[in-house]
Amino acid sequence: MKKIYAQEKYCIGCRLCEVYCSAVHSEYPNDLVKAFNRSKIVPTPRVKVEEDRPLSFAMQCRHCDEPHCLKACITGAMYRDEESGAILNDAERCVGCWTCIVACPYGGIFRDESKSKVVAKCDYCLDQGDPACVKNCPNGALKIEEGGE
Amino acid sequence: MTLSMNTPEFLVERNLDRCIKCQVCVGQCANEVHKYDKETDSLSCEDLACVGCHRCVTLCPTHALTIKKFPLEFRTNANWTPSTINAIYKQAESGGILLTGMGNDKPYPIYWDHLLLNASQVTNPSIDPLREPMEVKTYLGRKPDKLDFSDGELLTEIAPQVELELPIMFSAMSFGSISLNAVKSLAAAAKEVGTMFNTGEGGLHQDLYSYGDNAIVQVASGRFGVHSQYLEAGTAIEIKIGQGAKPGIGGHLPGEKVGREVSETRMIPEGSDALSPAPHHDIYSIEDLRQLIYSLKEATRYKKPVAVKIAAVHNVAAIASGIARAGADIITIDGFRGGTGATPLRTRDNVGIPIELALAAVDSRLRNESIRHQVSLVVAGSLRNSADVMKAIALGADAVYIASSALLALGCHMCQKCYTGKCNWGIATQDPNLVKRLNPEIGAQRAANLLRAWKHEIKEMLGGMGINAIESLRGNRLMLRGVGLSDRDLEILGVKAAGE
Repeated sequence: MKKIYAQEKYCIGCRLCEVYCSAVHSEYPNDLVKAFNRSKIVPTPRVKVEEDRPLSFAMQCRHCDEPHCLKACITGAMYRDEESGAILNDAERCVGCWTCIVACPYGGIFRDESKSKVVAKCDYCLDQGDPACVKNCPNGALKIEEGGE
Repeated sequence: MTLSMNTPEFLVERNLDRCIKCQVCVGQCANEVHKYDKETDSLSCEDLACVGCHRCVTLCPTHALTIKKFPLEFRTNANWTPSTINAIYKQAESGGILLTGMGNDKPYPIYWDHLLLNASQVTNPSIDPLREPMEVKTYLGRKPDKLDFSDGELLTEIAPQVELELPIMFSAMSFGSISLNAVKSLAAAAKEVGTMFNTGEGGLHQDLYSYGDNAIVQVASGRFGVHSQYLEAGTAIEIKIGQGAKPGIGGHLPGEKVGREVSETRMIPEGSDALSPAPHHDIYSIEDLRQLIYSLKEATRYKKPVAVKIAAVHNVAAIASGIARAGADIITIDGFRGGTGATPLRTRDNVGIPIELALAAVDSRLRNESIRHQVSLVVAGSLRNSADVMKAIALGADAVYIASSALLALGCHMCQKCYTGKCNWGIATQDPNLVKRLNPEIGAQRAANLLRAWKHEIKEMLGGMGINAIESLRGNRLMLRGVGLSDRDLEILGVKAAGE
């Protein structure tokens, strides 16, 4: 399956990936100004730039072949999308116990501040073509391509 | 601490209706113009620190930022302009030489803009380069006096040549003055398009030896990074005597830019200033220059052309004649608009002569002395577009060097602050946080695109003239006409006036 790869040597730490990730998961996916200035609560970005300057890279769910989060989920809310292979979270079933957050070895799952119980994690922007973080990285530091773990 | 009289050059305006407080501007400005205050959840600007590089404007995802000239008027005075007055304030404060980067920005005449190209109408057919072959391949190096044949076989031995797919090369910019990612971008672009980049006086980084076939390696007054493997690696060797942005003076790469990799490449201690002397201390005459030219030829077993680069100065034609006679295969002339990473402002803006006049004078002189074929002429010093390249070739150049144009392709915004080492575009800096902003894969693509675009345009213009090979334009000054020039200018340029 396709995966997002971070090229840390070209990540400039601008956090535009976080900005666009928040926006596409808001009520106004195509309008940054509205997404940030009109949304009651701005969605938590599902990608996080980790940095220890000059090192920086954008980290999001790795959509693992053997996901710890999926095994750890107590309600079966975390599941693999058959078609895309992406690991997704079913908001209806999620009870907000955040066991997945603890189980994820990469720190790729976040507590969604905009909702009370559901975790925020990368959904590959499945309905948008290429993920927003990849499309909007100004320095080509995020790539989506076929690859392994 | 006393009162500083420095005032901002730029005014940074933030449209609060558009700003989403993402703080991209805060993180991107190496000059720390933008600040975020957590307590008030608001952003503010320090206009005084803004250099007008547009990094924040370009990266702002909502286009909330505008940079304007700071609206501060002095009483109108044609003699004491704001820049003249502010320079005095600065020097009264610092007691030092004013430094700047890039090329001369003063409104001297730009002769390219007073020269017009010809086209075919009725009496000779123009050529469509999309339908017919168009040759722009160029060879640099000494050409034989005559060719001898026997049974159709060429007997004359041809001196080593630099083969270019188009008559445009990337000019000398050292690793040190620009980042490794910038050099990598230019090297990869040169390889892709089939031309050369020039190492400047920075040596050849070990990662770049694979680009040796596309490198002209420079030997300058500090001899930084020069060793036999380096000389062997390049396709040609260039002895740098001077450069257009600072004729007559040397170079100074401050110690803070000499990190481990620059230190290894230049073969100098880490953190030490890299000082290139103003003259080569072993060259005080044409005869001395000849010794260095032949030392380098000997060292590379006469397999590589040797170029000599000089700044365009008053006696350029006589000097070029001497260089040709000293045994150089290529002469590079850098005009007074040529750029640099750091130069004293007064030198940049007041020393040297325009490349157009220097080129015409040198080409005429070498032709009159019947030694034009012994050397190729390469000109530099602000070739801004493909039309400038065409005009340079028509005036007599074999090829041109571009550097400012190439850096613009990589993202340079001409803020002229290269000497601060804080280039927000990752070009003129060694700060690892800034260097990584230039992705060499993207840089190489952009620089290669520029060359490809200019190549298409050159073919279009050649076709319009009814010429199908760049060789037929070379030194063909009948393809040029001057507008708005004095008779003396036209005489030196060897060009007729429009209408003649």
